[in-house]
Amino acid sequence: MIVVSLVGAVGALYIASKAYTAPYAFHMIVFALAGFGGAFATIKRYKNRPAVIPQEINGKPNYNYGPIKFTSIAAVFWGIAGFLVGLIIALELAFPDLSMGLPWLNFGRLRPLHTSAVIFAFGGNVLLATSFYVVQRTCRARLAGEIAPWFVVLGYNLFIVIAGTGYLLGITQSKEYAEPEWYSDLWLAIVWVAYLLVFLVTLWKRKEPHIYVANWFTLAFIITIAMLHIGNNASIPVSIFSPKSYIVWSGVQDAMFQWWYGHNAVGFYLTAAFLAIMYYFVPKRAERPVYSYRLSIIHFWALIFMYIWAGPHHLHYTALPDWTQTLGMTFSIMLWMPSWGGMINGLMTLSGAWDKLRTDPVLRMLVVSIAFYGMSTFEGPLMSIKVVNSLSHYTDWTIGHVHSGALGWVGFVSFGALYCLIPWVFNRKLYSLKLVNWHFWVATIGIVLYITAMWVSGILQGLMWRAYTANGFLEYSFIETVEAMFPFYVIRAAGGGLFLIGALIMAFNFYKTIASPELASAPEAALAPAE
Amino acid sequence: MSLWSKHAIFEKNSLVLLIGILIVVAIGGLVEIGPLFYLKSTIETVDGVRPYTPLELAGRNIYVREGCYLCHSQMIRSLRDEVERYGHYSLAAESKYDHPFQWGSKRTGPDLARIGGKYSDDWQRGHLTNPRSVVPGSVMPRYGFLASSPLEYTHIQEDMKVLKIEGVPYTDDMIAKAKDDLNAQLNTDDGAVAGLATRYPKVVAHASNGAAGPTEQDALVAYLQMLGTTVDFTQFNDKASWR
Repeated sequence: MIVVSLVGAVGALYIASKAYTAPYAFHMIVFALAGFGGAFATIKRYKNRPAVIPQEINGKPNYNYGPIKFTSIAAVFWGIAGFLVGLIIALELAFPDLSMGLPWLNFGRLRPLHTSAVIFAFGGNVLLATSFYVVQRTCRARLAGEIAPWFVVLGYNLFIVIAGTGYLLGITQSKEYAEPEWYSDLWLAIVWVAYLLVFLVTLWKRKEPHIYVANWFTLAFIITIAMLHIGNNASIPVSIFSPKSYIVWSGVQDAMFQWWYGHNAVGFYLTAAFLAIMYYFVPKRAERPVYSYRLSIIHFWALIFMYIWAGPHHLHYTALPDWTQTLGMTFSIMLWMPSWGGMINGLMTLSGAWDKLRTDPVLRMLVVSIAFYGMSTFEGPLMSIKVVNSLSHYTDWTIGHVHSGALGWVGFVSFGALYCLIPWVFNRKLYSLKLVNWHFWVATIGIVLYITAMWVSGILQGLMWRAYTANGFLEYSFIETVEAMFPFYVIRAAGGGLFLIGALIMAFNFYKTIASPELASAPEAALAPAE
Repeated sequence: MSLWSKHAIFEKNSLVLLIGILIVVAIGGLVEIGPLFYLKSTIETVDGVRPYTPLELAGRNIYVREGCYLCHSQMIRSLRDEVERYGHYSLAAESKYDHPFQWGSKRTGPDLARIGGKYSDDWQRGHLTNPRSVVPGSVMPRYGFLASSPLEYTHIQEDMKVLKIEGVPYTDDMIAKAKDDLNAQLNTDDGAVAGLATRYPKVVAHASNGAAGPTEQDALVAYLQMLGTTVDFTQFNDKASWR
């Protein structure tokens, strides 16, 4: 491990010395520093190692919370950064000279920064934190390895830094949601394999005979994302000294690969993996068992089977062959059913505990996230119908749809999980439920403003593009349809601003929670007298 | 023993679960992507589509670098209003040398699949520097810095070699002459592009705005001005590709 990181660091320095571009040299130096830092940390840890790290203490698993603490805090940090960049680019669309013509402030470079920061940095860290927590608790086993989990969480965040700074410096493949260049992609692939191994080996250590349903979803997420990542990013670099590569696929095949990847980044990253959160945190918080075991089996297999087919609905009426488009649309509509299977399983878990929604804003956040999930997964199949798509595609309706899923479902289920997780792993009592309530309402109003503005602007623009005069001419020039968007772009930015304020309230709440010197009584200790 | 209890085999063996998942998630992609590589009807048979000239390729790389695709599509759908607004619907053949494809998914700005030749070079340069100088309601950022950035093309031949490996029909001759060709396309003297035109039919020369060699703006304008211009649609027979 030490040798590999040192060799890697020196190699990166060598590449940096011969790099074709300055930004690439900068990235190689970051890699080199990370390599030296990793080697140093490993040596230090080896010197100060305890004799044996016990797998169990007093018959209870000695859970490893360190990497979870790191990723849960990283998630809050990246979340706020990502929401802020989102707000900036929303304002840039209303007031374009906000970027002042600076290359690294222009919409084209900041937009991938926003999407990657919220999906991969915020979402990714939430998933690492929750999956490492859930797999330990449901297997009743300590996380596999000591250095490996740290390699995964630090390596993943290094990937985020490289990818994000790359966009600002103009290093991108310009493949939507797969913008990082070949060397970041390679690094992520290595980290991802380590993630799979840590997860799998922890499953092998389990004391429970059955693998809990949340872990099925996480496993499907890890495997499928690996497959998609490699398939969509297959490329040949111009040189090892160049950040630039060319994707192996071209034109129509590249388009299909892209949306096979792109739609399943939604399906597996933003859905399956976050359903794993739902399957652990909702029953836990509601103190009720999952509604239906059989439903979870059916909707799990149906969901992962059907999602993969849905990609072509991003390419309706394009040069992609008709048969592929129709196949994609068909599966997208069918996908409504397993999606709602998950929603029903989540919501009905509340049976007998609905009264808690009045008193527990964290549970309310989780439940509302499932409601948004249900809404988005109805809207999605609707928009995948070819005639509907002919209106909605290329417009803000798509942006609104994405955000009802991203802010409503992914955002709220993540916040709900973090409000549970951070007090648990830091062994503190959550500072204020009242602030959670504020976060909930401020963010909800923000989401409603956001998605309604985008519905109106999207449908309006779609209709304006296809409007004809009585004489059979197109009624509006393109720029007239752009000018009509202005009020909605302002409302959208206001909605995004509220969502950001909500996240800042959350960060303050966590700060006060963790800074509190008072330890919560550990649940394990509370159970002790029963033995 | 009911069918439900059979599911326990997945729940008790992580590797069985892993393999089960892998098989289930592989099917959709295999069915939808695989045939696109061998069904001949996927890409139309059409004359005129050619690889990008070195200058256009360098311009395309700037288009990719700046993330233009986030606001501009390059895919005219086969719908009446789009065909009337932008021109003939896009053919698969027209992006067959595009690594990566830049069809886009959002039209904050208009489609660019056939933008080539619609406006003058001067208009394009003025628009890039300050979009609101020619289109007052535009929300596009200013790209003035492209006019003052010298074009970096020392490694353009390596780029072309990689594209050749990936199936773009660049000949050894094209790669050997790449740097000369790049500069030749910025020479508007009569006949200067004649040699270039034998390798890249229908190539158009553009006056450079750089005092000391080509700029990034030169390359981007050359790319924009060739978009959608290679296929002659008066000669195109869409039924010829029917099978």
